[in-house]
Amino acid sequence: MKEFWSQFQKNKSALIGLCILGLVLVMASVAGFIFPEDPFSLAGQPMSLPGSNGFLLGSDTLGRDVAAGIAHGAKTSLLIGLIATLAAVFIGIFFGAFAGYYGGYIDSLLMRVTEVFQTIPSFVFAILLVAIMKPSIESIVIAITVVSWPGVARLVRAEFLSLKNREFVQACHTLGMSDMRIMMREILPNCLSPIIVIGSLMVATAILIESGLAFLGLGDPNIMSWGFQIGAGRTMLRSAWWVCTFPGVAILVTVLAINLVGEGLNDALNPRLRERN
Amino acid sequence: MNRSSVILRYVLVRLAQGVPIILAIVVLNFFLLNMAEGDAVDVLAGEAGSATPEYMAELRVKFGLDKPLPVQLWVYLKNVASLDLGYSFRHDMPVSKLVLDRFWPTLLLMVTTIIIAVGFGILLGLMAATRLNTWKDAAISIFALITYATPLFWVGLMMIVVFSIHLGWFPTSGMENIGAFYEGFDRVVDIAHHLVLPTVTLSLFYLALYTRMMRSSMLEQYGQDYVITARAKGLTERRITFVHVLRNALLPVVTMAGVQVGALIGGSVIVESVFAWPGLGMLAFESLFARDLNLLLGIFLLSSVLVVVVNLVVDVIYSFLDPRIEVA
Repeated sequence: MKEFWSQFQKNKSALIGLCILGLVLVMASVAGFIFPEDPFSLAGQPMSLPGSNGFLLGSDTLGRDVAAGIAHGAKTSLLIGLIATLAAVFIGIFFGAFAGYYGGYIDSLLMRVTEVFQTIPSFVFAILLVAIMKPSIESIVIAITVVSWPGVARLVRAEFLSLKNREFVQACHTLGMSDMRIMMREILPNCLSPIIVIGSLMVATAILIESGLAFLGLGDPNIMSWGFQIGAGRTMLRSAWWVCTFPGVAILVTVLAINLVGEGLNDALNPRLRERN
Repeated sequence: MNRSSVILRYVLVRLAQGVPIILAIVVLNFFLLNMAEGDAVDVLAGEAGSATPEYMAELRVKFGLDKPLPVQLWVYLKNVASLDLGYSFRHDMPVSKLVLDRFWPTLLLMVTTIIIAVGFGILLGLMAATRLNTWKDAAISIFALITYATPLFWVGLMMIVVFSIHLGWFPTSGMENIGAFYEGFDRVVDIAHHLVLPTVTLSLFYLALYTRMMRSSMLEQYGQDYVITARAKGLTERRITFVHVLRNALLPVVTMAGVQVGALIGGSVIVESVFAWPGLGMLAFESLFARDLNLLLGIFLLSSVLVVVVNLVVDVIYSFLDPRIEVA
């Protein structure tokens, strides 16, 4: 852990990413205190310029505070990104572990299924799933999970394939351990670092998918999100550029920060890769 | 066996692998259709305004919706095999015709995007790799990092703000100036003029992707033994880069160009709905608002088939480019 931290610290851009991510987290957690009112409520003069009428980042056509929307939207984006990624990693580990460990028929069956899901254009599939299930926070999480697990499954399978014939695994077999225990308690901990790296990058992708869905009008109608703000503001682009601009900056900065942290994790956790670049 | 018959066999094998994937997607499509609330009869009844339960039951018998699920699946498979993707009640047209009509604008957008993204990506990646650790390399890497993190729809909107609203260089939406009745070459110019902003928007993300890939692919090739041999022979760095390293570094980029087609289709849904580009993505966006599920499923099916086909084509091209490839 200590060694990991000292490696991570060497990477300046990863540290910057971590700081920005920390700020976004703080913003998400204090949103309810700074902007206690519903971000959908009318807060003052509509179409106010940034800095005028008491609006830091302006207001939209319905007089909603853009800054309040961004603060509340941070919570939505991070939460959806995190939950969907955790679920996808869970499913991916399940598929990948069984395919890699058992091989043979199980492997080819599971990998065929993975292949189908990888072929399907993921964003179009996500749109379809949310449209069929009706837009809600649950359906969005499910859709993002369904389109993101195959990458994890492939990674975990490859790791399991390379580890399953190692000596320590053979030793476990001689000790009479059950397959389940070997997979989950012995092999899995050894491939955690690539899983953590791919997971951290998946959070960024999940946030981008979520914002895209919300932009197309497939967001949860009761929850404020960045994509929704941009989608709602696009009709007034000509006269109120700020409504679309600032939430977009929020998405960009958050996704960038997560990507930087992910790359930092990659450098710190996979020393072999570090030397190549 | 000679080379061409090996490649022919490879194509057949890959084709045989693609068929079950498409079949699986069609089956998935069928179950998604069944998962949705209400069936075609409910939609029809809703369109008509009123319908008695008896009439609806009669319609269900007529459409075969009273049959058990496996029978319905079989009928659906047969329909898809004969290119019948159902009927769009909103547009009052068969889905297959509607989807094919809107396919060409999307294809135009995607092909120009791929050409620009792959072309400039290769160029930028090459520049970054040959000027490793200089300010140019750093600038290209930062550019790639930022575009990689930007939501496409936001880029599109910002492009409209800057280039259409403030500078007035490009139109904000559509594919051509319909009121102008351009013909021949004028029409081509008009469409190209409309094409600029959507293409640039859609290219940016993939440009970042290919730049990063090209850079790391070049660096990997520079570490190979044949580069040392070439240096020992006394070749100039220029010749090593452009004749030896570049060719080998291009291969993984070609493969990725195929793999990314699925993502490109997703991106074009976003870009088309921002710029009102009349392609499949715009159609998908419209069908969301109209709750036209049949149409959405048709678009989904066509785009999945497109991914399978493009991957097949890329694999075949690849087997021509790289004689070492395993064609088993």
